[in-house]
Amino acid sequence: MWILRLNMADRTYRLDEVPEAYRLLGGRGLSSTMILDEVPPLCHPLGPNNKLVFAPGIVTGTPAPSAARVSVGGKSPLTGGIKEANAGSSWAPTLANLGIKALVVEGQPKEKGKYWMAYLSWDASASKPKVEFLPADEYVSLSFYDAFPKLYKRFGERVDIAGCGVAAEYGYANSGIAFNDMFKRPSRYAGRGGLGAVLASKGLKFIVLGKTGGPGVPILDKALFEQGRAKLADALRTHPITSPKGALNTYGTAVLINLLNEAGGLPTRNFSNGRFEGAPKIAGEAIFEINKQRLGKELYNHACSPGCIIECSNTFFNKDGSEHTSCVEYESDWAFGANCGIDNLDDIAEMVQLCNAYGLDTIEAGGTLAVAMEAGVIQFGDSKGAINLIDEMGKGTPLGRILGGGAAFTGKAFGVVRVPAVKGQVMPAYEPRAVKGIGITFATSTMGADHTAGYTICPEILSVGGKADPLSTEGKAALSRGFQATTAFLDSTGHCLFIAFAVLDIPSGFEGLMEECNGMLGTNWKPEDAAKVGGEILKKERAFNEAAGLTKADDRVPEFMKYEPLPPHNQVFDIPDEVLDAVYGEL
Amino acid sequence: MRIRVKLFATLSSHLDGVAPGIPFEMELPDGATLDNLVDQLKLPSNEVKIAFVKGQARAMDWPLQPGDEVGFFPPLGGG
Ligand code: SF4
Repeated sequence: MWILRLNMADRTYRLDEVPEAYRLLGGRGLSSTMILDEVPPLCHPLGPNNKLVFAPGIVTGTPAPSAARVSVGGKSPLTGGIKEANAGSSWAPTLANLGIKALVVEGQPKEKGKYWMAYLSWDASASKPKVEFLPADEYVSLSFYDAFPKLYKRFGERVDIAGCGVAAEYGYANSGIAFNDMFKRPSRYAGRGGLGAVLASKGLKFIVLGKTGGPGVPILDKALFEQGRAKLADALRTHPITSPKGALNTYGTAVLINLLNEAGGLPTRNFSNGRFEGAPKIAGEAIFEINKQRLGKELYNHACSPGCIIECSNTFFNKDGSEHTSCVEYESDWAFGANCGIDNLDDIAEMVQLCNAYGLDTIEAGGTLAVAMEAGVIQFGDSKGAINLIDEMGKGTPLGRILGGGAAFTGKAFGVVRVPAVKGQVMPAYEPRAVKGIGITFATSTMGADHTAGYTICPEILSVGGKADPLSTEGKAALSRGFQATTAFLDSTGHCLFIAFAVLDIPSGFEGLMEECNGMLGTNWKPEDAAKVGGEILKKERAFNEAAGLTKADDRVPEFMKYEPLPPHNQVFDIPDEVLDAVYGEL
Repeated sequence: MRIRVKLFATLSSHLDGVAPGIPFEMELPDGATLDNLVDQLKLPSNEVKIAFVKGQARAMDWPLQPGDEVGFFPPLGGG
């Protein structure tokens, strides 16, 4: 396999053999290692010295289940630290099947405001991938929903597309990288941390991959791989959360709205309450019911990418039965819903659709709107006003540019104290004062506040992989550390994080996961090695952050969470600083 | 004693006229536990994964008090 480098300074490319040091790496492990090795930590995220690394996971491109993920790494314009954002899309296996272990975007064009796209395809005569750089100016300032169909028309149906939107063109710290879903929608996002703006800063609008040809992904021990694959697939089909017509397939991720609300941990009106009275109206159950009424039949969810057997991605339909958007995920639903005091699913769906059109991260966007509401720009609950503010971001008005900087930036612009962000990245849909372990993850993760970085919600709320009292501080540093390390490993395999629900409860599923990897790489990993391998990745990310100037002071939740008790449990975030420091101190 | 109950996700489909997350009141003998409540509602006990009493997750032998609000969930995940 190759490392493919696109140099945007002169629009040339280079194919390098994969160095031995990178042979066992994939996904997040590879993207984070390459960023540490190649990007000067003090560089400006939008300057010529930052890079973006797109790395498919270790098993991506094989028949492994739910494994079509690509990790995108770079220095984050939002956090100032290292960023790994990953997405599930057919783009990922296509890149892997072209024989590319990592695609690096580097350099910067001298021409300001000009954009190109890179078209990668398999050159059968030379038996290697080739790249064409084409002008992309005609796609500038277009909605993704206009740009994607034009690109499919131009390159044909058999391509996969990644790209950045108008939010990225404006250089917003809130701008993601969009990938196509199975229905060619621009709806799968490496959303967090502003990596879209990094791509735009390179003058690269789209990376289009031809699906025809390519050597495929080499598997060293096919029998072992197959044995692992079968065990993992069995676990996914048996576990009640991941099985067909299980909770994820029926209600989507938004099934969590009612659960977190019941637990008093659903951040409401900019993290001022743990319960939202409108929760049942925006919950996954409501999405299922509304779709059923509007379509006249029950609708189960679909796969975001090939080979997923969990199929959690939903579609939300208009009153007339036409499609409104896909997907209304839990985080997006909460961000525009409970966190903004909004209980209207049609308006929430519109906000999701607009973020996908402009290339905004829905979590950061919703968190920013809530901070703007706190500042009095509009009132909590004003869903039409919220839609307008997203349009301001899309149009690049002065107010839109402030909001596009994210929640922390907006908080500064308006003098807001209650800004629920860590390392400049706004918190997702779990309240640290009501679920202490996830608060530790938010505080200490190398990524800024990120639930996927160490999802202690499993034992604290879902009773998956054991049980832990969400309000207790006991043992939570170790719990968060364990989840963060194991996650760094999972993010490297290329599997969707949701396989964790099954493998944490079904030991043969976890064995299968490790056997798949061993079959690919010739390693001899056992389940207990997952956290070790992941821990090494975390150390590299941490090293980058330290060299970029982040300190222990950045591993803290915002101060208001320490003195404002949160209803209904009336708790503050009471994890001592020494405990937070021990999360990485004892890694 | 009177208590309030909310059933979520697939659990609500086991009872006629019950919508997910919308509370209803019912009468239970004094000293009844969460397990007794599941039996009285004729819910399949293997489908009840998480039980909340007043916003705190409780084991199924938890004794209920008059006025308690109970929430039952099947196994679920997301993120
Ligand atoms: S579980 Fe959901 S997010 Fe994960 S791969 Fe499947 S459809 Fe995509």
